[in-house]
Amino acid sequence: MELVGEFFRAIPYDQILIQTLNGIVTGMILALVASGLTLIFGIMDVVNFAHGELFMLGAYVGVVVLAVSGSFWLALVLATLIVAIIGAALQITTLRPLLGRDPLTTILATFGISLVLQNYALWQFGPVPRKIEEPITGQFTLFYLEYPWYRIMIAALSAAIIGGFWLFLKYGTYGIWIRATTQDRVMAQAMGIPVPWVHTAAFAIGAGMAAASGVLFGPLVGVNHAMGLDWILKGFIVVVVGGMGSLGGSIAASIFISLLEAYASIWVSPAQAGIVSFVVLILTLLFRPTGLFVPTPK
Amino acid sequence: MIKRRPTAIFWAGFAVIMALLIAAPLVLPEFWRRFVTEILIWGLLAMSSDILIGYTGMVSFGHSAFFGLGMYGAAAALLSVKPPNLWLAILYGLAGSAGVALFVAYFSTRLRDIYFAITTLIFAQIFYVIIFTWTEVTGGENGLNFSRPALAIPGLFSMPFTTNTLHWFVLAVVAASYLIVRRITQSPFGMVLQSIRENEPRTRAIGYAVERYKMVAVMLSGLFAGLAGVLYAIQNRFAAPDFVYFLVSGETVIFNVMGGIGTLVGPIVGAAFFLLLREGFSRFFTEYYLIPVGIIFIAMIIFMPQGLLGFARRWLNR
Amino acid sequence: MSAADAASTLVELDDVHTYYGKSHILHGVSLRVGRGEVVGLLGRNGVGKSTTLKTIMGLVNPSRGRVRFQGSAITGMPAHRLARIGIAYVPEDRRIFRLLTVMENLRTGLDRRGVSEARKHELTDKVFAYFPVLAERRAQAGGTLSGGEQQMLAIARAMMLEPKIILLDEPTEGLMPRMVSQIREIIGALHREGVAILLVEQNVPLTLEASQRVYIMEKGLVRHQCAASELNVSDAVIQQYLGV
Repeated sequence: MELVGEFFRAIPYDQILIQTLNGIVTGMILALVASGLTLIFGIMDVVNFAHGELFMLGAYVGVVVLAVSGSFWLALVLATLIVAIIGAALQITTLRPLLGRDPLTTILATFGISLVLQNYALWQFGPVPRKIEEPITGQFTLFYLEYPWYRIMIAALSAAIIGGFWLFLKYGTYGIWIRATTQDRVMAQAMGIPVPWVHTAAFAIGAGMAAASGVLFGPLVGVNHAMGLDWILKGFIVVVVGGMGSLGGSIAASIFISLLEAYASIWVSPAQAGIVSFVVLILTLLFRPTGLFVPTPK
Repeated sequence: MIKRRPTAIFWAGFAVIMALLIAAPLVLPEFWRRFVTEILIWGLLAMSSDILIGYTGMVSFGHSAFFGLGMYGAAAALLSVKPPNLWLAILYGLAGSAGVALFVAYFSTRLRDIYFAITTLIFAQIFYVIIFTWTEVTGGENGLNFSRPALAIPGLFSMPFTTNTLHWFVLAVVAASYLIVRRITQSPFGMVLQSIRENEPRTRAIGYAVERYKMVAVMLSGLFAGLAGVLYAIQNRFAAPDFVYFLVSGETVIFNVMGGIGTLVGPIVGAAFFLLLREGFSRFFTEYYLIPVGIIFIAMIIFMPQGLLGFARRWLNR
Repeated sequence: MSAADAASTLVELDDVHTYYGKSHILHGVSLRVGRGEVVGLLGRNGVGKSTTLKTIMGLVNPSRGRVRFQGSAITGMPAHRLARIGIAYVPEDRRIFRLLTVMENLRTGLDRRGVSEARKHELTDKVFAYFPVLAERRAQAGGTLSGGEQQMLAIARAMMLEPKIILLDEPTEGLMPRMVSQIREIIGALHREGVAILLVEQNVPLTLEASQRVYIMEKGLVRHQCAASELNVSDAVIQQYLGV
């Protein structure tokens, strides 16, 4: 009986609470990144290796706009728009010519793009990380703990963007076009939907979402050329674990994995906590290969 | 796509290239001597990857793990046994990469295409994290330093490597590996692999245990990649986690594509091409050489999908 | 072809050769569909009837020959442009968007530039009048509909494009007799509205009844053409090209 009491006293409640919040915050950013990846993969079967770099570019554009204008919000909006346009340009120049070829070629092409973007950022901005100032500072008290307002804001904004995106998909004409193209590219064309442009638009939207994540995440860590690498790995894991092409699944998986990692970091180092997502991937592939959050097909 | 060149022409060409490579260290300045040796080592890595990509149709981003474990395996042998023994290093290295390959092979049998590619990528990262954080054993971020073993056959002779003899040793290993792999790809086993690449369901329907063939292909690929890692460790006398990072796998695939997949020689040519480009662009762009090289790579995917070898082949056929 | 014919020709194929990879499917198909005409395309499985429709729709590109629409060449134009200028396609396996609702399926054809809200309402009302069951299920996902209902949705969806010609690929396949007569009625109604139809069918009596002219294909070529009224199911020609 004593042991049970001891056990319960030993549980680090405040740590768990903090990590739950951290997990949700990181999970929402990851969900935003993964949504873009899922959209791009679902609609044109492209595994966008450069997605992490679009995230990174967004953060850097945010840095520049912030330095020039002093407004975080302007930085967020402009970064999203500018990187969306860059994404569209990339899709038109390098991915359209590869339509219809072996899927391997698009993985390689986007990998090539990621190398170019990473090194371009390194060239333009140097290796020293830049800082994005948080737009709102200060912390609020939760029970007896203090937690930064900004982090809650990130989670809320990410949720809002994802929610807005979901609404767009569900109700707008262009949302219908995207969904139809994702389901049956050929019939969508036969119905007059300009599929090549829908692809470009989807890539641009995905890129914009990645960029927004980058700006939102910027204040938490330094902005540097390699910040995208971590996210692309996690993004891939989330997309597989959540069920390839399932938006809801990847959101659920993002939060799930981020929470697990946050809890793990109570006991092990952050680098080692990263193994959690890998383990989840392996387990998913072994036991529920169609995705943890997708009903198993009968 | 895989043509059998008339045997006489092949051996003649092989002999010429071997002669050139043997003579290389005798005529080239110091820097270029090491450069050619490095091309051979990376070429071996790329060739090992071609077994999977070009012949079996399985894109793997996990070769950095095989390479890295080969490297660290060799490091383990060279650090733990005194005097450092060349053959033990090779043995340990191959054992290390075989272990990883077994692990990956298990998953390769149940995953296709993109899932396999992503999973191999994740595996490479798992090993990277383990190596990076297990500082007591692997030296963590700083890696391991060790001395080069002597070229020795116990009981017969022992002589330390010079730049030249090391080059010839590497050349011998790579050439032997090439001939072995070539023999394998042209054997019935190799034919089955290619048939898996062309049409997996059909191959299975005919009655082949596709899973087993894939596992063996992964093991083979891993072994030769590990061998490349051992050679690299011996040449450079250090092992570092950077080489296990998935970007190395990506570069390997770049070598394959640039040179031409499914040709064995292509990836080696691709490695040479990439390294030469890197050397060349480094003069102008210093460490940002990947910007122009990356753009060239992307352009090659779009306009020269068969790689340099494929392009040369078509050009010669005109 | 007389000048009058040429003016009234809506779709024309001229010596069209189409390949799927290495397979030579169409070996020089020539046919025409006039404005408002219902034309039947008969033949055994695999002779290239579906490929002919797909070639007109721009879903496959011919390696030789020309396709014309209203006198202008459309060979090689992408399908989404053809859908906008008046060619609609109802494929063999229906291929409705399973995860979209009935209404959203209709909207894929309805949401076009230059169509007023009022007109959109008119079109949906009209199609719901033809297919009341679709009106009932308008908020249901397409994948939950029965085979016959999906066929109706596929046709309704095509009608949303306000096309000049509908390419119908085996609309009655796998349908119950009651549904088959509904399809027959729809074809008749579309014809009365002046919409041309190129009808690929295995159901010979239906085709002969609904069409003004028929073509019979074999091995990638048109072997016979005549007015539908000149043919009977029992004719030798039918037996030759369609008999088992």
